[in-house]
Amino acid sequence: MELNAVTIGFFVFSILTLGGGIGVVTTRNLFQGTIWLMVSLFGVAGYFVLLSAPFLAAVQVLVYIGAIAILITFAVMLTRSVTRINERYIRTIPSFVASLALFLVLLFGITVPIFGDYPTEMAPTVVMTTRDLGVALVDGNGYVVPFLLASVLLTAAMIGAIFIARDEES
Amino acid sequence: MDELCTGLCKLMVESGADAGLAQFASLLVGVLLVSGVPLLTVIILIWVERKVAARIQDRIGPNRVGPLGLMQTFADLLKLLGKEDITPTSADRVLYNAAPLVSFASVVLIWVVVPFTPFHFGVDLEIGALYFVAIASLGTLAIMTAGWASNNKYALLGAFRVVALLVSYEVPLVFALLVPVMLAGSMSMLDIVNAQAGMWFVVLSPLAFAIFYISSQAETGRAPFDLIEAESELVAGFNIEYSGMKFGMFFAAEFLHVFTNGILMALLFFGGWMGPLYYESPLIAFAWLGLKGTIIYLTTLWLRNTVPRLRIDQIMAFNWKFLVPLSIANLILLSAALKIMQELGIAPRDMLSASFVDVLPTTVVMLLINLAMVAYLLGILRKRGREARREAGANQGMLARAASGAGD
Repeated sequence: MELNAVTIGFFVFSILTLGGGIGVVTTRNLFQGTIWLMVSLFGVAGYFVLLSAPFLAAVQVLVYIGAIAILITFAVMLTRSVTRINERYIRTIPSFVASLALFLVLLFGITVPIFGDYPTEMAPTVVMTTRDLGVALVDGNGYVVPFLLASVLLTAAMIGAIFIARDEES
Repeated sequence: MDELCTGLCKLMVESGADAGLAQFASLLVGVLLVSGVPLLTVIILIWVERKVAARIQDRIGPNRVGPLGLMQTFADLLKLLGKEDITPTSADRVLYNAAPLVSFASVVLIWVVVPFTPFHFGVDLEIGALYFVAIASLGTLAIMTAGWASNNKYALLGAFRVVALLVSYEVPLVFALLVPVMLAGSMSMLDIVNAQAGMWFVVLSPLAFAIFYISSQAETGRAPFDLIEAESELVAGFNIEYSGMKFGMFFAAEFLHVFTNGILMALLFFGGWMGPLYYESPLIAFAWLGLKGTIIYLTTLWLRNTVPRLRIDQIMAFNWKFLVPLSIANLILLSAALKIMQELGIAPRDMLSASFVDVLPTTVVMLLINLAMVAYLLGILRKRGREARREAGANQGMLARAASGAGD
Protein backbone atom coordinates (compact mmCIF):
# COMPACT_ATOMS: atom_id res chain seq x y z
CA MET A 1 0.00 0.00 0.00
CA GLU A 2 1.55 3.27 -1.04
CA LEU A 3 1.79 6.07 1.48
CA ASN A 4 -0.09 9.12 0.28
CA ALA A 5 -2.49 11.68 1.69
CA VAL A 6 -5.49 9.37 1.22
CA THR A 7 -3.83 6.48 3.07
CA ILE A 8 -2.76 8.72 5.95
CA GLY A 9 -6.26 10.20 6.05
CA PHE A 10 -7.74 6.72 6.10
CA PHE A 11 -5.61 5.74 9.09
CA VAL A 12 -6.36 8.96 10.95
CA PHE A 13 -10.10 8.56 10.42
CA SER A 14 -9.89 4.86 11.32
CA ILE A 15 -8.21 5.76 14.60
CA LEU A 16 -10.88 8.38 15.25
CA THR A 17 -13.74 6.03 14.42
CA LEU A 18 -12.45 2.95 16.24
CA GLY A 19 -10.92 4.89 19.13
CA GLY A 20 -14.18 6.78 19.57
CA GLY A 21 -16.04 3.48 19.54
CA ILE A 22 -13.75 1.99 22.18
CA GLY A 23 -14.20 5.16 24.23
CA VAL A 24 -18.00 4.81 24.05
CA VAL A 25 -18.03 1.27 25.47
CA THR A 26 -15.26 1.66 28.07
CA THR A 27 -16.06 4.99 29.73
CA ARG A 28 -18.18 4.83 32.87
CA ASN A 29 -19.47 8.33 32.33
CA LEU A 30 -22.41 8.68 29.96
CA PHE A 31 -21.65 12.26 28.94
CA GLN A 32 -18.07 11.40 28.07
CA GLY A 33 -19.43 8.41 26.19
CA THR A 34 -21.54 10.79 24.09
CA ILE A 35 -18.47 12.89 23.30
CA TRP A 36 -16.61 9.73 22.26
CA LEU A 37 -19.56 8.83 20.06
CA MET A 38 -19.24 12.23 18.37
CA VAL A 39 -15.52 11.60 17.78
CA SER A 40 -16.40 8.28 16.20
CA LEU A 41 -19.09 9.84 13.99
CA PHE A 42 -16.65 12.55 12.98
CA GLY A 43 -14.27 9.85 11.78
CA VAL A 44 -17.06 8.40 9.65
CA ALA A 45 -17.60 11.85 8.12
CA GLY A 46 -13.92 11.75 7.20
CA TYR A 47 -14.46 8.46 5.35
CA PHE A 48 -17.17 10.13 3.28
CA VAL A 49 -14.70 12.83 2.27
CA LEU A 50 -12.16 10.15 1.26
CA LEU A 51 -14.90 8.42 -0.77
CA SER A 52 -15.52 11.66 -2.71
CA ALA A 53 -18.90 12.30 -1.12
CA PRO A 54 -18.55 15.74 0.53
CA PHE A 55 -22.33 16.18 0.72
CA LEU A 56 -22.71 13.06 2.84
CA ALA A 57 -19.77 14.18 4.99
CA ALA A 58 -21.43 17.51 5.75
CA VAL A 59 -24.76 15.81 6.40
CA GLN A 60 -23.02 13.35 8.72
CA VAL A 61 -21.61 16.22 10.80
CA LEU A 62 -24.86 18.20 10.67
CA VAL A 63 -27.29 15.41 11.45
CA TYR A 64 -25.30 13.01 13.61
CA ILE A 65 -23.08 15.41 15.55
CA GLY A 66 -25.15 18.57 15.36
CA ALA A 67 -28.56 17.06 16.01
CA ILE A 68 -28.64 13.44 17.16
CA ALA A 69 -25.63 13.59 19.49
CA ILE A 70 -26.94 16.82 21.03
CA LEU A 71 -30.29 15.11 21.58
CA ILE A 72 -28.48 12.18 23.23
CA THR A 73 -26.66 14.57 25.60
CA PHE A 74 -30.03 16.08 26.47
CA ALA A 75 -31.47 12.66 27.17
CA VAL A 76 -28.41 11.71 29.22
CA MET A 77 -28.51 14.84 31.34
CA LEU A 78 -32.24 14.87 31.91
CA THR A 79 -32.08 11.33 33.27
CA ARG A 80 -31.58 11.53 37.01
CA SER A 81 -28.10 10.90 38.41
CA VAL A 82 -27.20 8.84 35.39
CA THR A 83 -23.81 10.42 34.85
CA ARG A 84 -22.19 8.34 37.58
CA ILE A 85 -23.65 4.89 37.30
CA ASN A 86 -22.24 2.15 39.47
CA GLU A 87 -24.36 -0.86 38.57
CA ARG A 88 -22.76 -3.23 36.14
CA TYR A 89 -24.53 -5.04 33.38
CA ILE A 90 -24.03 -8.62 34.51
CA ARG A 91 -25.54 -10.72 31.72
CA THR A 92 -22.13 -11.48 30.25
CA ILE A 93 -22.88 -14.66 28.32
CA PRO A 94 -25.75 -13.34 26.13
CA SER A 95 -23.76 -10.16 25.40
CA PHE A 96 -20.70 -12.24 24.52
CA VAL A 97 -22.69 -14.48 22.17
CA ALA A 98 -24.39 -11.52 20.50
CA SER A 99 -21.19 -9.54 19.95
CA LEU A 100 -19.32 -12.63 18.74
CA ALA A 101 -22.10 -13.36 16.23
CA LEU A 102 -22.05 -9.77 14.98
CA PHE A 103 -18.26 -9.84 14.74
CA LEU A 104 -18.32 -13.06 12.70
CA VAL A 105 -20.96 -11.70 10.35
CA LEU A 106 -18.92 -8.54 9.78
CA LEU A 107 -15.71 -10.53 9.40
CA PHE A 108 -17.38 -12.75 6.80
CA GLY A 109 -18.97 -9.82 5.00
CA ILE A 110 -15.74 -7.84 4.81
CA THR A 111 -13.19 -10.53 4.09
CA VAL A 112 -15.10 -12.56 1.49
CA PRO A 113 -15.16 -9.74 -1.11
CA ILE A 114 -11.43 -9.18 -0.54
CA PHE A 115 -10.22 -12.78 -0.83
CA GLY A 116 -12.98 -14.22 -3.02
CA ASP A 117 -12.87 -13.84 -6.78
CA TYR A 118 -15.34 -10.98 -6.90
CA PRO A 119 -14.69 -8.07 -9.24
CA THR A 120 -13.14 -5.34 -7.11
CA GLU A 121 -14.38 -1.85 -7.60
CA MET A 122 -12.27 1.18 -6.82
CA ALA A 123 -13.79 4.16 -5.04
CA PRO A 124 -14.86 6.67 -7.68
CA THR A 125 -12.38 9.48 -8.15
CA VAL A 126 -15.02 11.75 -9.67
CA VAL A 127 -16.73 13.79 -6.98
CA MET A 128 -20.45 12.98 -6.87
CA THR A 129 -22.30 16.25 -7.12
CA THR A 130 -25.32 17.05 -5.00
CA ARG A 131 -27.27 17.28 -8.24
CA ASP A 132 -26.49 13.61 -9.01
CA LEU A 133 -27.62 12.68 -5.52
CA GLY A 134 -30.85 14.66 -5.85
CA VAL A 135 -31.63 13.16 -9.26
CA ALA A 136 -30.98 9.64 -7.94
CA LEU A 137 -33.46 10.24 -5.11
CA VAL A 138 -36.37 11.32 -7.32
CA ASP A 139 -35.59 9.37 -10.47
CA GLY A 140 -37.94 6.50 -11.34
CA ASN A 141 -34.93 4.30 -12.11
CA GLY A 142 -33.14 5.49 -8.97
CA TYR A 143 -34.17 5.36 -5.36
CA VAL A 144 -37.57 7.04 -5.43
CA VAL A 145 -39.39 4.20 -3.62
CA PRO A 146 -36.97 3.98 -0.66
CA PHE A 147 -36.97 7.78 -0.55
CA LEU A 148 -40.78 7.92 -0.32
CA LEU A 149 -40.86 5.09 2.22
CA ALA A 150 -38.35 6.91 4.40
CA SER A 151 -40.44 10.08 4.14
CA VAL A 152 -43.59 8.24 5.19
CA LEU A 153 -41.72 6.63 8.10
CA LEU A 154 -40.36 9.99 9.29
CA THR A 155 -43.77 11.65 8.99
CA ALA A 156 -45.37 8.82 10.96
CA ALA A 157 -42.71 9.16 13.66
CA MET A 158 -43.27 12.90 13.83
CA ILE A 159 -47.04 12.55 14.12
CA GLY A 160 -46.49 9.90 16.79
CA ALA A 161 -44.21 12.24 18.74
CA ILE A 162 -46.78 15.05 18.57
CA PHE A 163 -49.54 12.66 19.63
CA ILE A 164 -47.58 11.44 22.67
CA ALA A 165 -46.46 14.90 23.71
CA ARG A 166 -49.94 16.42 23.39
CA ASP A 167 -51.99 17.32 26.45
CA GLU A 168 -54.69 14.83 27.37
CA GLU A 169 -57.43 17.41 27.63
CA SER A 170 -57.10 19.32 24.36
CA MET B 1 2.46 19.47 -11.71
CA ASP B 2 -1.25 19.33 -11.00
CA GLU B 3 -3.92 22.00 -10.92
CA LEU B 4 -3.42 22.49 -7.19
CA CYS B 5 -0.24 24.42 -7.89
CA THR B 6 -1.12 27.87 -9.14
CA GLY B 7 -0.29 31.44 -8.20
CA LEU B 8 2.35 31.65 -5.50
CA CYS B 9 3.22 27.96 -5.75
CA LYS B 10 3.84 28.25 -9.51
CA LEU B 11 6.00 31.29 -8.92
CA MET B 12 8.11 29.44 -6.35
CA VAL B 13 8.56 26.42 -8.61
CA GLU B 14 9.62 28.66 -11.49
CA SER B 15 12.23 30.32 -9.32
CA GLY B 16 13.69 26.93 -8.49
CA ALA B 17 12.00 25.71 -5.30
CA ASP B 18 11.06 22.08 -4.64
CA ALA B 19 7.58 21.33 -6.00
CA GLY B 20 6.25 19.67 -2.85
CA LEU B 21 7.67 22.37 -0.62
CA ALA B 22 6.24 25.10 -2.83
CA GLN B 23 2.79 23.52 -2.73
CA PHE B 24 2.96 23.15 1.04
CA ALA B 25 4.18 26.73 1.52
CA SER B 26 1.48 28.25 -0.69
CA LEU B 27 -1.22 26.21 1.05
CA LEU B 28 0.16 27.30 4.42
CA VAL B 29 0.05 30.95 3.38
CA GLY B 30 -3.55 30.47 2.22
CA VAL B 31 -4.58 28.84 5.49
CA LEU B 32 -2.84 31.52 7.54
CA LEU B 33 -4.54 34.27 5.54
CA VAL B 34 -8.01 32.74 5.78
CA SER B 35 -7.72 32.15 9.52
CA GLY B 36 -5.72 35.33 10.11
CA VAL B 37 -8.31 37.73 8.71
CA PRO B 38 -11.02 36.78 11.24
CA LEU B 39 -8.51 36.58 14.12
CA LEU B 40 -7.28 40.10 13.46
CA THR B 41 -10.76 41.43 12.74
CA VAL B 42 -12.03 40.32 16.12
CA ILE B 43 -9.57 42.65 17.91
CA ILE B 44 -11.02 45.61 16.04
CA LEU B 45 -14.57 44.30 16.39
CA ILE B 46 -14.43 44.37 20.17
CA TRP B 47 -13.46 48.05 20.03
CA VAL B 48 -16.19 48.81 17.46
CA GLU B 49 -18.82 47.00 19.48
CA ARG B 50 -17.92 48.83 22.70
CA LYS B 51 -17.85 52.20 20.98
CA VAL B 52 -21.19 51.66 19.25
CA ALA B 53 -22.83 50.40 22.43
CA ALA B 54 -21.47 53.41 24.30
CA ARG B 55 -22.75 55.89 21.71
CA ILE B 56 -26.21 54.31 21.71
CA GLN B 57 -26.32 54.57 25.50
CA ASP B 58 -25.05 58.18 25.37
CA ARG B 59 -21.61 57.33 26.73
CA ILE B 60 -18.16 57.86 25.23
CA GLY B 61 -16.83 54.30 25.54
CA PRO B 62 -13.15 53.33 25.71
CA ASN B 63 -11.09 56.51 25.25
CA ARG B 64 -8.01 56.22 27.49
CA VAL B 65 -5.65 53.72 25.90
CA GLY B 66 -4.31 54.95 22.59
CA PRO B 67 -6.06 57.35 20.19
CA LEU B 68 -9.85 57.01 20.51
CA GLY B 69 -9.24 54.10 22.88
CA LEU B 70 -8.10 51.93 19.97
CA MET B 71 -5.48 50.15 22.08
CA GLN B 72 -8.01 49.24 24.80
CA THR B 73 -8.53 45.74 23.38
CA PHE B 74 -4.79 45.01 23.52
CA ALA B 75 -4.71 46.11 27.15
CA ASP B 76 -7.70 43.86 27.89
CA LEU B 77 -6.04 41.01 26.03
CA LEU B 78 -2.87 41.35 28.13
CA LYS B 79 -4.98 41.46 31.26
CA LEU B 80 -6.85 38.28 30.24
CA LEU B 81 -3.57 36.52 29.43
CA GLY B 82 -2.09 37.53 32.78
CA LYS B 83 -5.04 36.29 34.80
CA GLU B 84 -4.88 33.10 36.78
CA ASP B 85 -6.02 30.16 34.71
CA ILE B 86 -8.46 28.37 36.96
CA THR B 87 -9.76 24.86 36.39
CA PRO B 88 -12.29 23.81 39.03
CA THR B 89 -11.15 20.77 41.03
CA SER B 90 -14.15 18.65 40.15
CA ALA B 91 -14.28 19.70 36.52
CA ASP B 92 -13.65 17.32 33.66
CA ARG B 93 -10.17 18.59 32.75
CA VAL B 94 -9.98 17.60 29.08
CA LEU B 95 -13.49 18.62 28.09
CA TYR B 96 -13.32 21.79 30.18
CA ASN B 97 -10.23 22.95 28.29
CA ALA B 98 -11.43 21.73 24.89
CA ALA B 99 -14.77 23.58 24.94
CA PRO B 100 -13.44 27.15 24.36
CA LEU B 101 -11.28 25.88 21.49
CA VAL B 102 -14.22 24.14 19.81
CA SER B 103 -16.35 27.23 20.32
CA PHE B 104 -13.81 29.50 18.62
CA ALA B 105 -12.97 26.98 15.90
CA SER B 106 -16.64 26.61 15.00
CA VAL B 107 -16.67 30.29 14.03
CA VAL B 108 -13.25 30.56 12.38
CA LEU B 109 -13.89 27.45 10.27
CA ILE B 110 -16.89 29.19 8.64
CA TRP B 111 -14.41 31.56 6.98
CA VAL B 112 -13.03 28.67 4.96
CA VAL B 113 -15.94 28.98 2.51
CA VAL B 114 -16.27 32.78 2.60
CA PRO B 115 -15.26 34.16 -0.81
CA PHE B 116 -13.61 37.54 -0.22
CA THR B 117 -13.46 38.43 -3.92
CA PRO B 118 -14.27 36.49 -7.11
CA PHE B 119 -10.69 35.14 -7.04
CA HIS B 120 -9.74 35.04 -3.37
CA PHE B 121 -11.37 32.43 -1.18
CA GLY B 122 -10.31 29.56 1.06
CA VAL B 123 -12.06 26.77 -0.81
CA ASP B 124 -15.03 26.86 -3.13
CA LEU B 125 -16.77 23.83 -1.67
CA GLU B 126 -19.59 22.46 -3.77
CA ILE B 127 -21.55 22.15 -0.52
CA GLY B 128 -20.52 25.56 0.89
CA ALA B 129 -23.87 26.51 2.40
CA LEU B 130 -24.33 23.09 3.98
CA TYR B 131 -20.77 23.22 5.32
CA PHE B 132 -21.62 26.48 7.06
CA VAL B 133 -24.63 24.93 8.78
CA ALA B 134 -22.68 21.82 9.78
CA ILE B 135 -19.81 23.82 11.27
CA ALA B 136 -22.14 26.22 13.06
CA SER B 137 -23.78 23.25 14.80
CA LEU B 138 -20.43 22.48 16.46
CA GLY B 139 -20.81 25.71 18.45
CA THR B 140 -23.82 24.19 20.20
CA LEU B 141 -21.70 21.21 21.15
CA ALA B 142 -19.03 23.50 22.63
CA ILE B 143 -21.57 25.23 24.86
CA MET B 144 -23.06 21.95 26.05
CA THR B 145 -19.60 20.58 26.82
CA ALA B 146 -18.57 23.75 28.65
CA GLY B 147 -21.71 23.68 30.76
CA TRP B 148 -21.32 20.04 31.69
CA ALA B 149 -17.54 19.92 32.16
CA SER B 150 -17.57 22.87 34.59
CA ASN B 151 -19.43 20.65 37.06
CA ASN B 152 -21.46 23.60 38.27
CA LYS B 153 -25.23 23.42 38.35
CA TYR B 154 -25.64 27.04 37.22
CA ALA B 155 -23.35 26.42 34.27
CA LEU B 156 -25.29 23.29 33.36
CA LEU B 157 -28.67 25.02 33.63
CA GLY B 158 -27.34 27.90 31.55
CA ALA B 159 -26.11 25.46 28.91
CA PHE B 160 -29.51 23.72 28.77
CA ARG B 161 -31.30 26.99 28.21
CA VAL B 162 -28.93 28.07 25.49
CA VAL B 163 -28.73 24.77 23.67
CA ALA B 164 -32.52 24.62 23.51
CA LEU B 165 -32.47 28.07 21.93
CA LEU B 166 -29.65 27.31 19.49
CA VAL B 167 -31.09 23.99 18.30
CA SER B 168 -34.50 25.56 17.77
CA TYR B 169 -33.33 28.59 15.81
CA GLU B 170 -31.19 26.44 13.55
CA VAL B 171 -34.43 25.24 11.90
CA PRO B 172 -35.67 28.58 10.47
CA LEU B 173 -32.05 29.52 9.73
CA VAL B 174 -31.64 26.53 7.45
CA PHE B 175 -35.02 27.03 5.79
CA ALA B 176 -34.15 30.67 5.09
CA LEU B 177 -30.73 29.62 3.81
CA LEU B 178 -32.44 27.25 1.36
CA VAL B 179 -34.03 30.17 -0.50
CA PRO B 180 -30.76 31.62 -1.91
CA VAL B 181 -29.53 28.06 -2.50
CA MET B 182 -32.69 27.28 -4.45
CA LEU B 183 -32.53 30.52 -6.45
CA ALA B 184 -28.86 30.04 -7.32
CA GLY B 185 -29.35 26.33 -7.96
CA SER B 186 -26.13 25.64 -6.12
CA MET B 187 -24.75 25.41 -2.59
CA SER B 188 -21.38 26.83 -3.52
CA MET B 189 -20.90 30.27 -1.97
CA LEU B 190 -19.17 31.49 -5.13
CA ASP B 191 -22.13 30.43 -7.30
CA ILE B 192 -24.63 31.98 -4.90
CA VAL B 193 -22.86 35.35 -5.18
CA ASN B 194 -22.42 35.10 -8.95
CA ALA B 195 -26.11 34.24 -9.35
CA GLN B 196 -26.94 37.64 -7.88
CA ALA B 197 -25.37 39.51 -10.79
CA GLY B 198 -28.87 40.18 -12.15
CA MET B 199 -30.61 40.99 -8.89
CA TRP B 200 -29.77 40.69 -5.20
CA PHE B 201 -31.66 37.89 -3.52
CA VAL B 202 -32.86 40.22 -0.77
CA VAL B 203 -35.14 41.82 -3.37
CA LEU B 204 -36.46 38.45 -4.48
CA SER B 205 -37.23 37.34 -0.96
CA PRO B 206 -36.95 39.96 1.78
CA LEU B 207 -38.83 37.54 4.05
CA ALA B 208 -36.09 34.92 3.81
CA PHE B 209 -33.53 37.58 4.67
CA ALA B 210 -35.59 38.73 7.66
CA ILE B 211 -35.90 35.15 8.95
CA PHE B 212 -32.17 34.54 8.44
CA TYR B 213 -31.37 37.82 10.21
CA ILE B 214 -33.54 37.03 13.23
CA SER B 215 -32.31 33.44 13.52
CA SER B 216 -28.68 34.42 13.23
CA GLN B 217 -29.21 37.06 15.90
CA ALA B 218 -30.50 34.22 18.08
CA GLU B 219 -27.66 31.90 17.06
CA THR B 220 -25.11 34.44 18.26
CA GLY B 221 -27.05 34.94 21.48
CA ARG B 222 -27.57 38.66 21.08
CA ALA B 223 -30.49 40.69 22.40
CA PRO B 224 -33.42 40.12 22.30
CA PHE B 225 -32.21 36.53 22.53
CA ASP B 226 -29.30 37.08 24.93
CA LEU B 227 -30.12 34.20 27.25
CA ILE B 228 -26.57 32.91 26.82
CA GLU B 229 -25.20 35.64 29.00
CA ALA B 230 -27.97 37.16 31.03
CA GLU B 231 -25.46 38.59 33.47
CA SER B 232 -27.85 40.32 35.83
CA GLU B 233 -30.14 37.52 36.92
CA LEU B 234 -28.98 34.20 35.49
CA VAL B 235 -25.37 34.13 36.80
CA ALA B 236 -23.75 34.41 33.37
CA GLY B 237 -24.78 30.96 32.13
CA PHE B 238 -22.60 28.22 30.71
CA ASN B 239 -19.26 30.06 30.98
CA ILE B 240 -19.49 30.93 34.67
CA GLU B 241 -16.45 28.87 35.72
CA TYR B 242 -14.19 30.12 32.96
CA SER B 243 -11.57 32.77 33.58
CA GLY B 244 -8.65 34.36 31.79
CA MET B 245 -8.02 33.54 28.17
CA LYS B 246 -10.44 30.58 28.14
CA PHE B 247 -13.24 33.00 28.89
CA GLY B 248 -11.66 35.28 26.30
CA MET B 249 -12.05 32.55 23.68
CA PHE B 250 -15.81 32.31 24.24
CA PHE B 251 -15.99 36.08 24.22
CA ALA B 252 -14.00 36.43 20.98
CA ALA B 253 -15.99 33.62 19.35
CA GLU B 254 -19.24 35.45 20.05
CA PHE B 255 -17.98 38.78 18.74
CA LEU B 256 -16.54 37.18 15.64
CA HIS B 257 -19.71 35.15 15.05
CA VAL B 258 -21.79 38.33 14.84
CA PHE B 259 -19.49 39.82 12.21
CA THR B 260 -19.28 36.50 10.36
CA ASN B 261 -23.06 36.46 10.14
CA GLY B 262 -22.99 39.99 8.74
CA ILE B 263 -20.58 38.87 6.01
CA LEU B 264 -22.64 35.74 5.33
CA MET B 265 -25.82 37.76 4.93
CA ALA B 266 -24.00 40.11 2.57
CA LEU B 267 -22.91 37.08 0.53
CA LEU B 268 -26.23 35.25 0.55
CA PHE B 269 -28.65 38.12 0.10
CA PHE B 270 -26.80 41.33 -0.86
CA GLY B 271 -24.70 40.11 -3.74
CA GLY B 272 -21.43 39.79 -1.83
CA TRP B 273 -18.74 41.70 -3.69
CA MET B 274 -21.13 42.89 -6.42
CA GLY B 275 -21.16 46.66 -6.77
CA PRO B 276 -20.00 49.35 -9.17
CA LEU B 277 -16.52 48.65 -10.59
CA TYR B 278 -16.06 45.38 -8.66
CA TYR B 279 -14.55 43.69 -11.75
CA GLU B 280 -11.85 46.37 -12.01
CA SER B 281 -9.81 45.18 -9.08
CA PRO B 282 -10.18 42.51 -6.38
CA LEU B 283 -9.56 45.24 -3.83
CA ILE B 284 -12.73 47.09 -4.85
CA ALA B 285 -14.70 43.82 -4.74
CA PHE B 286 -13.33 43.13 -1.26
CA ALA B 287 -14.25 46.65 -0.17
CA TRP B 288 -17.84 46.16 -1.36
CA LEU B 289 -18.17 42.93 0.60
CA GLY B 290 -16.64 44.55 3.68
CA LEU B 291 -18.94 47.55 3.40
CA LYS B 292 -22.12 45.48 3.06
CA GLY B 293 -21.10 43.11 5.84
CA THR B 294 -20.23 46.01 8.13
CA ILE B 295 -23.55 47.78 7.55
CA ILE B 296 -25.48 44.61 8.41
CA TYR B 297 -23.18 44.05 11.39
CA LEU B 298 -23.83 47.57 12.67
CA THR B 299 -27.61 47.07 12.45
CA THR B 300 -27.28 43.96 14.64
CA LEU B 301 -25.35 46.03 17.20
CA TRP B 302 -28.03 48.67 17.04
CA LEU B 303 -30.72 46.04 17.61
CA ARG B 304 -28.73 44.49 20.45
CA ASN B 305 -28.48 47.76 22.31
CA THR B 306 -32.08 48.82 21.75
CA VAL B 307 -34.38 45.91 22.54
CA PRO B 308 -34.99 44.25 25.91
CA ARG B 309 -34.54 40.54 26.55
CA LEU B 310 -37.32 38.02 25.99
CA ARG B 311 -38.18 35.16 28.32
CA ILE B 312 -37.23 31.64 27.26
CA ASP B 313 -40.87 30.60 26.72
CA GLN B 314 -41.50 33.67 24.57
CA ILE B 315 -38.39 32.93 22.53
CA MET B 316 -39.42 29.32 22.00
CA ALA B 317 -43.02 30.16 21.16
CA PHE B 318 -41.87 32.81 18.68
CA ASN B 319 -39.60 30.30 16.99
CA TRP B 320 -41.81 27.23 16.77
CA LYS B 321 -45.17 28.92 16.31
CA PHE B 322 -44.10 31.79 14.09
CA LEU B 323 -40.67 31.60 12.45
CA VAL B 324 -40.63 27.89 11.56
CA PRO B 325 -44.07 27.77 9.88
CA LEU B 326 -43.33 31.06 8.15
CA SER B 327 -39.97 29.90 6.81
CA ILE B 328 -41.48 26.63 5.54
CA ALA B 329 -44.40 28.44 3.87
CA ASN B 330 -41.99 30.94 2.32
CA LEU B 331 -39.82 28.17 0.91
CA ILE B 332 -42.76 26.17 -0.48
CA LEU B 333 -44.44 29.17 -2.11
CA LEU B 334 -41.24 30.52 -3.63
CA SER B 335 -40.07 27.16 -4.95
CA ALA B 336 -43.51 26.49 -6.49
CA ALA B 337 -43.54 29.95 -8.07
CA LEU B 338 -40.01 29.51 -9.41
CA LYS B 339 -40.79 26.11 -10.94
CA ILE B 340 -44.03 27.31 -12.54
CA MET B 341 -42.31 30.38 -13.98
CA GLN B 342 -39.46 28.27 -15.28
CA GLU B 343 -41.97 25.99 -17.02
CA LEU B 344 -43.73 29.03 -18.51
CA GLY B 345 -40.38 30.33 -19.67
CA ILE B 346 -40.45 33.66 -17.86
CA ALA B 347 -37.87 32.75 -15.23
CA PRO B 348 -34.27 31.92 -16.15
CA ARG B 349 -33.38 28.25 -15.70
CA ASP B 350 -29.86 29.18 -14.77
CA MET B 351 -29.46 32.22 -12.55
CA LEU B 352 -25.70 32.22 -13.03
CA SER B 353 -25.92 33.59 -16.57
CA ALA B 354 -29.10 35.64 -16.11
CA SER B 355 -28.99 39.40 -16.58
CA PHE B 356 -31.10 42.04 -14.84
CA VAL B 357 -33.78 41.93 -17.55
CA ASP B 358 -33.96 38.10 -17.43
CA VAL B 359 -34.56 38.11 -13.69
CA LEU B 360 -37.00 41.02 -13.65
CA PRO B 361 -40.28 39.02 -14.00
CA THR B 362 -39.11 36.52 -11.37
CA THR B 363 -38.18 39.35 -9.06
CA VAL B 364 -41.58 41.04 -9.39
CA VAL B 365 -43.55 37.82 -8.81
CA MET B 366 -41.44 36.70 -5.84
CA LEU B 367 -41.50 40.13 -4.27
CA LEU B 368 -45.29 40.26 -4.62
CA ILE B 369 -45.61 36.81 -2.99
CA ASN B 370 -43.43 37.99 -0.13
CA LEU B 371 -45.33 41.24 0.30
CA ALA B 372 -48.64 39.36 0.32
CA MET B 373 -47.31 37.07 3.03
CA VAL B 374 -46.11 40.04 5.07
CA ALA B 375 -49.49 41.75 4.75
CA TYR B 376 -51.27 38.57 5.86
CA LEU B 377 -48.88 38.18 8.81
CA LEU B 378 -49.33 41.77 9.90
CA GLY B 379 -53.09 41.16 9.94
CA ILE B 380 -52.65 38.14 12.22
CA LEU B 381 -50.21 39.92 14.49
CA ARG B 382 -52.55 42.90 14.77
CA LYS B 383 -55.40 40.64 15.84
CA ARG B 384 -53.22 38.87 18.40
CA GLY B 385 -51.90 42.16 19.74
CA ARG B 386 -55.44 43.46 20.18
CA GLU B 387 -56.45 40.31 22.06
CA ALA B 388 -53.39 40.54 24.31
CA ARG B 389 -54.14 44.18 25.07
CA ARG B 390 -57.76 43.39 25.87
CA GLU B 391 -56.67 40.62 28.21
CA ALA B 392 -54.11 42.85 29.88
CA GLY B 393 -56.75 45.58 30.26
CA ALA B 394 -59.18 43.13 31.86
CA ASN B 395 -56.50 41.89 34.27
CA GLN B 396 -55.60 45.41 35.22
CA GLY B 397 -59.23 46.28 35.86
CA MET B 398 -59.57 43.24 38.10
CA LEU B 399 -56.40 44.17 40.02
CA ALA B 400 -57.62 47.72 40.46
CA ARG B 401 -60.99 46.50 41.76
CA ALA B 402 -59.25 44.12 44.17
CA ALA B 403 -56.98 46.91 45.40
CA SER B 404 -59.84 49.34 45.95
CA GLY B 405 -61.86 46.57 47.64
CA ALA B 406 -58.98 45.93 50.05
CA GLY B 407 -58.72 49.66 50.76
CA ASP B 408 -62.36 49.99 51.87
